Amino acid sequence: MKPVFTVTKGMLPVSTSYCPGCTHGVAHRLIMETLDEMGLLGKALGVAPIGCSVVAHQFMNVDMCEAAHGRAPAVASGIRRVHPDKVVFTYQGDGDLASIGMGEIVHAAARGEKFSTFFINNGIYGMTGGQMAPTTLIGQRSTTSVDGRTREQAGMPLKISELLATLDGPAYIERVALDSPAHIRAAKKAIRKAFEVQLAGLGFSFVEILSTCPTNWGLTPPKAMEWLRENMIAYYPLGVYKDAEVK
Amino acid sequence: MAKKFQVVIDRERCKGCELCRSFCPKQLIEMDTQVNAKGYCPAKMTRSDECVGCTSCALVCPDCAIEIFAEEE
Repeated sequence: MKPVFTVTKGMLPVSTSYCPGCTHGVAHRLIMETLDEMGLLGKALGVAPIGCSVVAHQFMNVDMCEAAHGRAPAVASGIRRVHPDKVVFTYQGDGDLASIGMGEIVHAAARGEKFSTFFINNGIYGMTGGQMAPTTLIGQRSTTSVDGRTREQAGMPLKISELLATLDGPAYIERVALDSPAHIRAAKKAIRKAFEVQLAGLGFSFVEILSTCPTNWGLTPPKAMEWLRENMIAYYPLGVYKDAEVK
Repeated sequence: MAKKFQVVIDRERCKGCELCRSFCPKQLIEMDTQVNAKGYCPAKMTRSDECVGCTSCALVCPDCAIEIFAEEE
């Protein structure tokens, strides 16, 4: 039998600790498949965040480091400067990157640090039990916005890709989603481009990945995919926000 | 004669999230009634002779539980 789709050796043969239907697993696999295909598994160094994916290093078959809450971009900046021959990436959720780690990501991007960030945006705090995140949509219910987020009380959700695209440092910024096989294929292309930009030394590369949190959204995994498509993509448009040509 | 595909689902890795079932364009995947060691009802391939090898199920699987093989010509 000829293999058509096999599990990459970038994913360790263990069961993840994520809830059923959580797209963290898909995002992990896409990053690891890309590194595997580019022959970079031995050269890659990841920085894991705080959040559900705090244990990403137990599932990703690359060298990894754990950063304090939100500080992954600062740690990755240091690692990349000390090891310019390595491929460095951070994997961060919206609580980690868009809330407590906002300062680190903005300054790492502004400095044009030559690493890649994969930002998992599911609009809610997953690990702590579904509290409102800076990326929670208007009207979206969470344990700290039980009647839905309001603009008057919490302001508008942060559009991180657009915000970082106003800086001169980043070389490549794209927003993708994991709600369908077609979008998952497109997400993988964006992840590959992020690593290519880093390898070419062009500067900071950033991929925002719209994801689901079926448990805290209170939806079944297939319904969560529909909710992402209908609500999140409407507010967070997919596309390239900053592009540098890789020669 | 159309190419034959074999979809191999790792029962013990599957968490029964039903994403593969909902994205299979030909609705060939069903959930097993027997639970696995984790207590989930894993996905099960039915009518694999109708599979067209689109890999949608494997792409959306968050648990790397699906592998697909094609029969050699």
